[in-house]
Amino acid sequence: MDLIKVVENEQLRSDIPVFNVGDTVKVHVKVVEGNRERIQVYEGVCMKRQGGGLSETFTVRRISYSIGVERTFPLHSPRVDKIEVVRRGKVRRAKLTYLRGRVGKAAKIKELR
Amino acid sequence: MKKAIVGKKVGMTQVFDKQGKAVPVTVIEAGPNVVVQKKTVENEGYSAIQVGFNDVAEKRVTKPLKGHFAKAKVAVKRYLRELRIEDAASYEVGQEIRADVFKEGDKVDVSGVSKGKGFAGAIKRHNFHRGPMKHGSKYHRAAGSMGASSDPSRTFKGKKLPGHMGSVNTTVVNLEVIKVDPEKNILLVKGGVPGIRGSLVMIKDTVKA
Repeated sequence: MDLIKVVENEQLRSDIPVFNVGDTVKVHVKVVEGNRERIQVYEGVCMKRQGGGLSETFTVRRISYSIGVERTFPLHSPRVDKIEVVRRGKVRRAKLTYLRGRVGKAAKIKELR
Repeated sequence: MKKAIVGKKVGMTQVFDKQGKAVPVTVIEAGPNVVVQKKTVENEGYSAIQVGFNDVAEKRVTKPLKGHFAKAKVAVKRYLRELRIEDAASYEVGQEIRADVFKEGDKVDVSGVSKGKGFAGAIKRHNFHRGPMKHGSKYHRAAGSMGASSDPSRTFKGKKLPGHMGSVNTTVVNLEVIKVDPEKNILLVKGGVPGIRGSLVMIKDTVKA
């Protein structure tokens, strides 16, 4: 078998929920402060998913104190404690970069029903 | 060199370390190598071991080579390489060398034949600067001055010019071993190594240590 797959399969996580671009997700991130570790929740819209296998990443955008913030996480990173899907969004693009130019109601994504 | 192994570059990926950081790694199918011949000071004037790597169908090997393998009583191999290991005398003909000669955290050098770039210009080959692309400039990617004028009236030897680039033996030094799996013959080293996927690479303990 492909040795790269063998190497990657050891670290692939199976506890990741199915989520797509446009979904609102809560990412529980492990934050190390000195020698203490705590969990921080980062909630926002999944803007894009990139790459494949162990290298897959996803970007979450949120508006924090009226400033747009985008964070990219490796999907299989052990630093991500868990991912929760809050809302499924209805989108027609693979990458929601158009959200960057929009604020308020224009940046809203319809819920998938 | 104290230890070495011959392997095949499989490709690159990333793994997470203990802190959860993503580390870029090259996957190498390292060994198993079989000692085919021992070179000794008495016979050859230097000591080394000759190892074979990668099993191959018997019809792929020439008759003289078949005899060479038969003498060592090992299966025919695709590649034969000489490793000038310091304690070569301690190896036996027919002995197997596996990836576990290295362990996690070791620093290694990896040699291989670099990717061929064909006939490359001076910018790509020698990191020259480019000229302006616009504003009436007609001087874009040319190599520039060939040297001084009537004295010396010639171009000095060794002037960096366009030409063939790549496909040469290259060594990347001081790479960290991230993981070793002797059962699956997997060796992960941090960073890139020379050559295309599937090319032969030699991994040895680093000269930087």
